[in-house]
Amino acid sequence: MATAFDVIIIGGGPAGYVCAIRAAQLGLSTAVVEKDKLGGVCVNIGCIPTKALLHSAYVANLVAHDAKDLGIGVSGVTADYGVAMRRSRKVSEQNSKGVEFLMKKHKITVIKGTGVMGKNRTVRVGPDEYQARKAIVIATGSRVKGIPQIGLEINKTTVISSDEALFLEQAPKTLAVIGAGAVGCEFADIFNAFGTKVTLIEVLPRILPIEDAESSDALAKTYRKRGITVLAGAKVTKAVVGKDKVTLTIEAGGKTETVEVERVLMAAGRAVNIESMGFEEAGVKLTDRGFVKVDPVTLQTTAPGVYCIGDVAGPPMLAHKGSREGINVAELIAGKHPHPIKYDNVPSVTYCHPEVASIGLTEDQVKEKKLDYQVGRFPFSANGRARSTGETEGFVKIIRDKKYGEILGAHIVGSHASELIHELTVARENEYTVEEVDLAIHAHPTLSEAIAEAALDSMGRVIHI
Amino acid sequence: MATKVVMEALSPTMEEGRLVEWKKGEGESVAVGDVLAEVETDKAVMELVARAGGTLLKQVVPAGTTVPVSQLVALIGEPGEQVPAETNGKETTAKPKGPAEAPAAQPTPDENRPTSMPPAPPAEPRPAPSPSGRQPVPAPKPSQPGGRVKASPLARRIAEERGIDLSSVSGTGPEGRVVLRDLETAGATPAAAISRAMPRTGDGAPYTDTPLTQIRKTIAKRLVQSIGPVPTFYLTSEVDMERVWDAREALKTLGDGPKVSFNDIIIKAVASALRQHPACNAWWQDDHIRYWNEVHVSMAVAVEEGLITPVIRHTDLKTLREIAAETQDLAARARERRLRPEEYTGGTFSVSNLGMLDIVEFTAIINPPETGIIAVGRIAQVPVAHEGAMTIRRRMRLTMSCDHRVIDGATGARFLQTLKAMLENPLAIVY
Repeated sequence: MATAFDVIIIGGGPAGYVCAIRAAQLGLSTAVVEKDKLGGVCVNIGCIPTKALLHSAYVANLVAHDAKDLGIGVSGVTADYGVAMRRSRKVSEQNSKGVEFLMKKHKITVIKGTGVMGKNRTVRVGPDEYQARKAIVIATGSRVKGIPQIGLEINKTTVISSDEALFLEQAPKTLAVIGAGAVGCEFADIFNAFGTKVTLIEVLPRILPIEDAESSDALAKTYRKRGITVLAGAKVTKAVVGKDKVTLTIEAGGKTETVEVERVLMAAGRAVNIESMGFEEAGVKLTDRGFVKVDPVTLQTTAPGVYCIGDVAGPPMLAHKGSREGINVAELIAGKHPHPIKYDNVPSVTYCHPEVASIGLTEDQVKEKKLDYQVGRFPFSANGRARSTGETEGFVKIIRDKKYGEILGAHIVGSHASELIHELTVARENEYTVEEVDLAIHAHPTLSEAIAEAALDSMGRVIHI
Repeated sequence: MATKVVMEALSPTMEEGRLVEWKKGEGESVAVGDVLAEVETDKAVMELVARAGGTLLKQVVPAGTTVPVSQLVALIGEPGEQVPAETNGKETTAKPKGPAEAPAAQPTPDENRPTSMPPAPPAEPRPAPSPSGRQPVPAPKPSQPGGRVKASPLARRIAEERGIDLSSVSGTGPEGRVVLRDLETAGATPAAAISRAMPRTGDGAPYTDTPLTQIRKTIAKRLVQSIGPVPTFYLTSEVDMERVWDAREALKTLGDGPKVSFNDIIIKAVASALRQHPACNAWWQDDHIRYWNEVHVSMAVAVEEGLITPVIRHTDLKTLREIAAETQDLAARARERRLRPEEYTGGTFSVSNLGMLDIVEFTAIINPPETGIIAVGRIAQVPVAHEGAMTIRRRMRLTMSCDHRVIDGATGARFLQTLKAMLENPLAIVY
């Protein structure tokens, strides 16, 4: 006789565990199947440990470059990646334990092992079979993948992924990061601060290709100043992987160059976890691009009563998008009618220095859609608070609809951009226009004033420039 | 423990009563036999008296509300006594529920309430009628007790720009808030789809909703049983058109601008007359009458596969030249079937003209929810007695169809009299 739950969630990452908590809150008996640690990639080998390392990188730069100006004399500064790495592991463990606690608190059963679906909403974990009375939720997430076609298969020694980078005892002397999305840019930032000579390679014309061109350019400029070699529009045509070095042939701007590095970090591409999960048996189908096929509103798969959330349900592959889907699906299963997810209002954040954050459309996308728009900008160099901390890099850029003032997109580069962006996320979610953003009084002196100023600038009324 | 006051059957046939006015305020002391409120029944206005003494703790329904017999209307008890939560207006007020809103937890049953008693009615947000018996609707119309339409700033701005009445849009945002997508999907009524700012009349509201009096309800019920869903009667009047003829000839000599037709002049005159007789500028709305403070005249246009009635918005505020230009444009596009829905809906009164087809007079069919239409016959030279002598003059017959639920015989006749006077003395149209 199979043990039965109302809801069985396969995967305990930020989509799955949040879904479980919401389901439990709604009075559903809930189980989470997790083969590794609770919290998934995010908590264990993604968001959380990289933020810990990025903080170390920030302090390293602060002490090495800015402390003297701030009146703090320092000497004999060392940056030890191993120590920073061990600290990041502790942070991850604390967070994973936190998720365990949350599962206990909400009386959610955690089943250790790999879940395989069968017919009629059953899940097998090892020898045991479980029955989902109401629903199964697939939340198995994604993993890194290399680019085997150019000879860059991850070998975990010279060609590594973020999975290995997070456990290195020391920073390599030289490193090529392939792929300049959020992951690539963050690792370039980290290793640069720990003394590695970093070459950042992006096949698309700009680093952070999904961000606004101005954001990409601002970050590239800062990176170059800090000694990171930024190669955008660059293609790796050949890779020779040796025992302790890798030689890359790179084509960029009509020129071919060769780069020899101690390690290559593959930060391009992720594969979703869909293998050996009994999809066929359960009736779950995939899209052409290999994601699980779901109804865009209910997130139900092609199998009735089987839902799918997070990375495996399709892009954007972001923890906060997965969590929101988890909440919505739990509410749907409980018979509620949650508000539909606004996929065009998912913030995007890269935690490099300066941070890059955005919401909504880029200027290029606005142009493509032929919308009538007006851009407002405000540089942090004109912001009192930014000056007082010496973090004057970057800007706030708001793209508004010319007629109605709708905030079509907003882009922030600068210190604490990851926190600042949410004012504009709330504004967009509630359909506030640039006028309401300005009308809300912003405390002085704060970085947030730059947002109000950018809103004003979009209306031609900027005060402080 | 509070004593409940219910709507009593004050006449043998009474099924519901409209609470006209509260005679005792909340907190006032009440003795047995005191008049608590005036109630309008199907026959007369009667008194609702107290069956218990004490203090009037709560008026459960506001004045102006129609309440079925035996439903709770007030509570009498000891001063300062706690009012049971469910009878509190705020608690029972029906919230507009968005489709996305989750069902709320069931309220715990009130121990005090006798099981045979029907549940307290939701305290309707309808305010008490003003002395004139009409309640101007503030724009935008309150959709809930908060007195405002919940809408996002962006939705508000777009609605304003496009002339969409937000209270006519059902919101799907949190707590029924109107958001952008609702405007995109809603068939929102264009309130003032007019390019330049037009002065608003009345209290700035486009119309005034008036609750039906019991006599109006009875008239409506009986007439519909008798003649059909729109109980229509007809009034005919003959108009001397000589001076309109002369005026039109004079306008023709001006040379510039669009050619002004007789129909344009009649439309303008109808609009001016409606301004003087707002009782004919109304919509029948089943449970109330909407008296429009704006005049939007619909014009019947014959098209290949039937007819359509484009609307000249704010007809009374437009010049003859503007009306002429607009009717030509609307008629042309109507024949090409290129009118947008908002261009042929929302009229408050209609004009139909078959004069050019040599029709002497006819009866036109009312275009609901409008309640009146003028049928215009041909202008013909006929022998008439004029200033004591037989003479040949240009005459025209107007027949007005009236929805008797709203327009009574004398009301319609007085309107027609004004219209006739205006056409016989065209300066009166703009006076």
